[in-house]
Amino acid sequence: MTGHDDVLEQAAAWRDTGQSVAIATVVKTWGSSPRPTGSQLVVNARGEFRGSVSGGCIEGAVLEEVAEVIRTGQGKLLHFGVSNEMAWEVGLACGGEVDIYLEKLT
Amino acid sequence: MNSALLDRILEDRRAKRAVVLISLHARGEQWLLHPGEDAPPGLPAEVAAAALEALDKNASLLAVIQGDSYFLQSFNPALRMVIVGAVHIGQVLAEIAKLAGFEVVVVDPREAFATPSRFEGIELRTEWPDRALQELAIDTRTAVVTLTHDPKLDDPALAAALGSQAFYIGSLGSKKTHRARLERLAEKGFGAEDRARIHGPVGLAIGSVTPGEIAVSIVAQVVESLRARNA
Repeated sequence: MTGHDDVLEQAAAWRDTGQSVAIATVVKTWGSSPRPTGSQLVVNARGEFRGSVSGGCIEGAVLEEVAEVIRTGQGKLLHFGVSNEMAWEVGLACGGEVDIYLEKLT
Repeated sequence: MNSALLDRILEDRRAKRAVVLISLHARGEQWLLHPGEDAPPGLPAEVAAAALEALDKNASLLAVIQGDSYFLQSFNPALRMVIVGAVHIGQVLAEIAKLAGFEVVVVDPREAFATPSRFEGIELRTEWPDRALQELAIDTRTAVVTLTHDPKLDDPALAAALGSQAFYIGSLGSKKTHRARLERLAEKGFGAEDRARIHGPVGLAIGSVTPGEIAVSIVAQVVESLRARNA
């Protein structure tokens, strides 16, 4: 269980059993975002995931975008934080902001 | 990301090669770059230089170059902790260090201590510590912790660690033991600056008593050294 290699190994393992996989990566943070840039989360089409892109605040919202990204194959930049209108529902409780790139493993 | 790229990153990780992934998300383009390599086709030299700099700092960041946003993601080999002394504290330290993200190697020529049943899933070395450390090629992403408090084993390990670029060196033992240890190292020609690199008594002073508590204090101090250096 070490850092992000574990997460990418999981992505490869799911792929090798024929499952669709999406990868979420923290690409930018502002303020006190809990996970640094480069942090990753991988998720399969059944919604099983490993890794993290926040302290648990926005993972649910990221997972909701997965189905579309897997269907279209188009990567998507997601923004979460206090300035976002979704902040009340899924924003970072700590007040930070974060950009996450969600992409399909093709 | 495409599968071939993922496989190449995983291959590099298994071979303990540093690699940086460069993503131009806006155009769906990605490249991999290793230190010492020329920029791959289509990747501006300026971006390659920024990527290698990020890798050197073990940083992942978005870089805006010539109007394009490149995400530079560093994949360096795991941090390592070399534990000299397959003792009780070493057993717990190996587990906690592993959870904190370190690859752990335990060195102890006393084969009664360094047994796979006592250190399940941990790499064990039974060479003499100075030789083992030399073979392990201690680098700037390695911490060395000695736990035997036997000068026969600790001293050669510390001498080897001081000759390396280990980012952390710690040595278990009381204040008195540590003083005597530093005197021996001084006699061997290690100057004040070298000797000051050794954290002793090892670990943050949190009043640890049990092996588990001592291991926590050591890992905490190792992390403190790591992050202070990168700050």
